[in-house]
Amino acid sequence: MQISEETLQRLLACVQKPARYVGQEWNSITKDWATVTVKVALAYPDIYEIGMSNLGLTILYDLVNREPDMLAERVYAPWHDMESVMRSAGIPLFSLETRHPLAEFDVLGFSLQHELTYTNVLNMLDLAQIPVLARERTNKVPLVIAGGSCTYNPEPMADFIDLFVIGEGEEVLLELLRAIKTWKEDPLSPSKEELLRRLVHIPGVYIPRFYQTRYANDGTLTELSPSIPEAPPRVRKRIIPTLGPVPTRPVLPHIQVVHDRGMVEIQRGCSRGCRFCQAGIIYRPIRERPVQEVLEAIDELVAHTGYEEVGLVSLSSSDHSGIAKIVEEAMARHREDGLAISLPSLRLDSFSIQLAEMIQQTRKTGLTFAPEAGSQRLRNVINKGIEEEEIFRTIEAAFKSGWNRIKLYFMIGLPTETDEDVLAIAQLVRRIYHQGKALRQRRIELNLSVATFVPKPHTPFQWVPLASRETIMHRQQLLRENIRERRVHLSYHDWQSTWLEAIFSRGDRRLGPVIYRAWRSGASFDAWNEHFDPHLWEQAFQKEKIDPSSYLREQAPNELLPWEHIDTGVTKDFLWREYERALRGDLSPDCRQRCHNCGILQAFAKERKRSKNTWGCP
Amino acid sequence: MRHQVTQRLRVTFGIHGPLIYLSVLDLGRLWIRLLRRARVPVAYTQGFSPHPRLQFAAALPVGYSSECELVDIFLAQELTPAEFLQMTRPQAPLGLTIQHVENVPLKAKSPQANMQKAHYRVLLQSPLSPKEIEAKVQALLSRQSIIRQRRKKGRKVDYDLRPLIYEIRYVKYQGNLHQLHMVLRCGPKGSGRPEEILSALEIPVDYYTICRTRLIWDLEENAQ
Repeated sequence: MQISEETLQRLLACVQKPARYVGQEWNSITKDWATVTVKVALAYPDIYEIGMSNLGLTILYDLVNREPDMLAERVYAPWHDMESVMRSAGIPLFSLETRHPLAEFDVLGFSLQHELTYTNVLNMLDLAQIPVLARERTNKVPLVIAGGSCTYNPEPMADFIDLFVIGEGEEVLLELLRAIKTWKEDPLSPSKEELLRRLVHIPGVYIPRFYQTRYANDGTLTELSPSIPEAPPRVRKRIIPTLGPVPTRPVLPHIQVVHDRGMVEIQRGCSRGCRFCQAGIIYRPIRERPVQEVLEAIDELVAHTGYEEVGLVSLSSSDHSGIAKIVEEAMARHREDGLAISLPSLRLDSFSIQLAEMIQQTRKTGLTFAPEAGSQRLRNVINKGIEEEEIFRTIEAAFKSGWNRIKLYFMIGLPTETDEDVLAIAQLVRRIYHQGKALRQRRIELNLSVATFVPKPHTPFQWVPLASRETIMHRQQLLRENIRERRVHLSYHDWQSTWLEAIFSRGDRRLGPVIYRAWRSGASFDAWNEHFDPHLWEQAFQKEKIDPSSYLREQAPNELLPWEHIDTGVTKDFLWREYERALRGDLSPDCRQRCHNCGILQAFAKERKRSKNTWGCP
Repeated sequence: MRHQVTQRLRVTFGIHGPLIYLSVLDLGRLWIRLLRRARVPVAYTQGFSPHPRLQFAAALPVGYSSECELVDIFLAQELTPAEFLQMTRPQAPLGLTIQHVENVPLKAKSPQANMQKAHYRVLLQSPLSPKEIEAKVQALLSRQSIIRQRRKKGRKVDYDLRPLIYEIRYVKYQGNLHQLHMVLRCGPKGSGRPEEILSALEIPVDYYTICRTRLIWDLEENAQ
């Protein structure tokens, strides 16, 4: 039953930002609940401001709602104030569009983009009065599913999710929903178990309950295999051969959200092959959206939303083969209405400065670059193929063009890193700073964000250990001591969050009870520094007798990794080759220039035939 | 982007439903995007970061509905009020009703700086009878001063609510709701808030809604 308007108003009288919970925004789609057959709630396990900025859910909301017999509604994690009034009034978590409790949907789909949102998934299920553990969900609906980049290692969430969608959800979600429709309308009313047995045949679907695991005495994983004949031993990710339509009528948030602008995905995948980067592997192959399509999408998006800014989204926007044309033409078409174009991921090269100049003719707000490592040696190890002198040339060009605030991303704790590599960050930054001061009259400002490297599944660094706490603390201290310039601001990632992220990243399904216990004892919003309580987690590991360090150690090359049944199309052999090249300091050039035989083309030969030459692969 | 101003339109609009939960800043963004969708030629400010020239008369507190909000929109190209309505109404989201548009002189005094009073319709559920509430209202109005506290930059500050009250009237009891009419000071020299009145009345309230029904500004007295 729908939550009434009056009930909602009473709840909202007690909360800080009520606009998060009322829905009915411009472009939101409210369909007739009574006549639509298949209903899916798209959930993001963080607050409205973060969830509304997610492009993946925007795409799926658009796609599902295009289908006349389906509807998609949205739901986000309520902030603590809303949660407590809902709990004390006994109100279950409900969707924004029609305010139906999540338990009344056929499918509840979570987007898992960040490991530290896992406890929020549990909390949202519980708030929705849906059993948190998959095995305790005896009701037929809702089916709890999940997608997103975290599901490339789904194991830590295996206890809570009925079904994972691996890879790009555009096609597979609709296939799933159609199968659910058939099942719902089946006069024999088959069981949920029967439904799952049907769904397991859909490529890209992973149903953890149909897999069993075995461990050796020392705790290492020795087997992860299907327990029913229908389940495939490996689940290959799904991809779409060409990028689908741009959602040009996205829901306009009521309040200011993290990315308060329109988004046009110009390219999926990245050809650079940075060895630490999971996105660079899992979003392969590289697919470009044709220039004309991008331009039309920008026009339509602006017409339907009134956005003042459109971001051209991709992993490396300056690599799109038509990017200059796109920027030039879009700026020309929207000169009158003052549309701002933003490029969220620019490479450190002079071409990027030219692009930045084109989009920031009036206000030169700030530029962001990611050298990632301080020394040339280490940049070669991670395959960030960028020369020291190129960095200086680029940044010099930026200063000369009028930018005086530059943000730089670095990582510490990378494989083979020594203190010298970290000192090289300090040298690099100081040289940039003094170069800038010499060039510019106005005061320049450098913001350094220094993250700790987390080894991620499906990357060439998936075997390497997480650096120890002592190492990271020491290297952060080194940076603090060696960068003392007043207008250089350093920020670090909190060690404890990095630690937990690293555990979940390469975890297996034995982590389920730990997550459950930590949530039970109060963990939620772990991605929020002010809410993250590492003690809850330490206790949970202790009580469940799980040694967290076993997930942080170096993995042997012949070891079975907990995510090996998930197939990205990129072979383990290629990842290992890249790892060996990394240790030798060998660069692997951009794969638009030369194919490194990563496996994608063999895995997705059929899709390539339908790709209309939009792939970046040679 | 156009900077010259050729016309000023004064728009009266209502806020209800989901939009009552938007802050002033959110409403500003909503209007800017609405005008951009409608392709209304809004004039932009000059300078480093140009922004559309809109002037809201009085911030509507979060949670209030309204029948009388005002925004002055400065245009770079002339439009008749009828044209403006035709362009903007299809772009208004649920909860925003564009009621009335009129031309005002470019140099007209701003309602914002000369705001005096606002009228409110307060509907409330209470176990008290109409007579009891009426008595409470009379008792409050008969007081010389009503010292209350408000938070200002995290500190508690005393203030007198009484001079902010022009009128409080019990209107009727209908459909299990008591209706009160309040006229309170509203403007640069301080504003009275209906919730403060409810709290000072010491009426047990289960539930209430507040709607701003009229804004009154003075163009003579305070004009500079």
